[in-house]
Amino acid sequence: MTGAALTPDEIVAELRDGMTIGIGGWGSRRKPMALVRAILRSPLKDLTVVSYAGPDVGLLVASGQARRVVTGFASLDSIPLEPNFRRARQAGTIELTELDEGMLHWGLLAAAHRLPFLPIRAGLGSGVLEVNPELRTVRSPYGAQGEAGDGEELVAMPALRLDAALVHVNRADAGGNGQYLGPDPYFDDLFCLAAERAYVSCERIVPSLEGPPQTMLLNRAMVHAVTETPNGAHFTSCVPDYGRDEAFQKRYAQAAADPEEWRRFTEQYLRHDEAAYQKAART
Amino acid sequence: MTAAPTRAEVCVVACAEAWRGDGATLASPMGLIPSLGARLARLTFAPDLLLTDGEAYLVDQDDRVEGWLPYRQVFTMLAAGRRHVMMGAAQIDRSGNQNISCIGDWRRPKAQLLGVRGAPGNTVNHPVSYWIPRHSPRVFTGHVDMVCGVGYDRGAYELRVVVTNLAVLDFGTPERVMRLRSVHPGVKVADVLAATGFPLAVPDQVPVTRTPTAVELGLIRTRLDPEGARDRELA
Repeated sequence: MTGAALTPDEIVAELRDGMTIGIGGWGSRRKPMALVRAILRSPLKDLTVVSYAGPDVGLLVASGQARRVVTGFASLDSIPLEPNFRRARQAGTIELTELDEGMLHWGLLAAAHRLPFLPIRAGLGSGVLEVNPELRTVRSPYGAQGEAGDGEELVAMPALRLDAALVHVNRADAGGNGQYLGPDPYFDDLFCLAAERAYVSCERIVPSLEGPPQTMLLNRAMVHAVTETPNGAHFTSCVPDYGRDEAFQKRYAQAAADPEEWRRFTEQYLRHDEAAYQKAART
Repeated sequence: MTAAPTRAEVCVVACAEAWRGDGATLASPMGLIPSLGARLARLTFAPDLLLTDGEAYLVDQDDRVEGWLPYRQVFTMLAAGRRHVMMGAAQIDRSGNQNISCIGDWRRPKAQLLGVRGAPGNTVNHPVSYWIPRHSPRVFTGHVDMVCGVGYDRGAYELRVVVTNLAVLDFGTPERVMRLRSVHPGVKVADVLAATGFPLAVPDQVPVTRTPTAVELGLIRTRLDPEGARDRELA
């Protein structure tokens, strides 16, 4: 990374209509929500969002800014179904590339490795190949014992190349090195490496990272800009800094069930800047 | 004197039986009764099973952390075949094709459900069982709207058992179609057939699902689920 830390709005100003954007985290866990909220305040449109989807996808679907979602699920974890995603699917207002969770991982890995595809067993025989007719299979050039021959048929999972990645971690330094302190890195490093440009929000920018080296997931070769967004994963979890705000998530899900309630929710929380959001969410 | 086993307790034991003989395998139960079943199996006849805390830790039978299993490692264990998952199903057909994604036309579903999640990969890589808390023709249907977990006619690796509130089913037929393995105490074969929306293979003699032992009942009632949450999953 070169250059100084940016604000969320400055990061979003680098994004363009029609981009494919990968979002890190998992379900309702360690999502870069402050960056998502900055997108909500922007005129960005026609986005393809690649995500292990939670409220990040729900919000971008509800705002009409996501045209297509690439995922294997959309969940709030403690609330199994993401309500905005569910509504949009049932209304036919969102395009979906539905993949097995492992295929999504493999597509990011292929993109990170600059490979056109990676073979995987997941998806064979399933409806995933029927609803995504562009997916192809390949036959292994090796037999069961590794000899040359005509081997197993596998799904050729294409690389999921991203124009931009947005991820949220616990700590980062000003150079763009990032650290997660919770139990799971999810796939944030792969999202960053699969992307042309990777943007990292964090709870705190520190002079230098401390703690076990295994927690230092992102290095500055993978990262293009960092922004400090305290409580920036709210209302998703960002352990050990904070858990999921279950009460707020419930409010979000209830609001999403009703258009009038949803209008009120967006007015109350999402109309203004991040500081106003954080203040409103505390009350 | 110990009260007679409830239906939920019979189901817990039937789920536990799914993992019998699996050895040091990652058990991934979805739902409360399968979770109680997996933990009961580990406490009794399958002590080598591995279980997670639902997030990224492997925890032993006393809830002590014994390992780390973030999602990327789950995917690797899954592809390595060292896992046996028990999933739910909104729909399941005679060959074991399962749907958890959506109901109706996929392009614009009547009801969007979970999505395919990991079901396609699970079913072609390692043993899979299913838990259906409400056995009905809507679930046991001739045709699933979206194939998530693949059935035997589409290349399933191994579909072990389907445990429901009424019975235990398996695929122990020459054509690998669903067969009635046992009915829970108090359930008639006709009840199961009426609740199944496709022809079910039925052997001449249908055994009754085994009831929990006194030790198993004690573990379920005092250690694993003292609040009795298991009954609500069947309500």
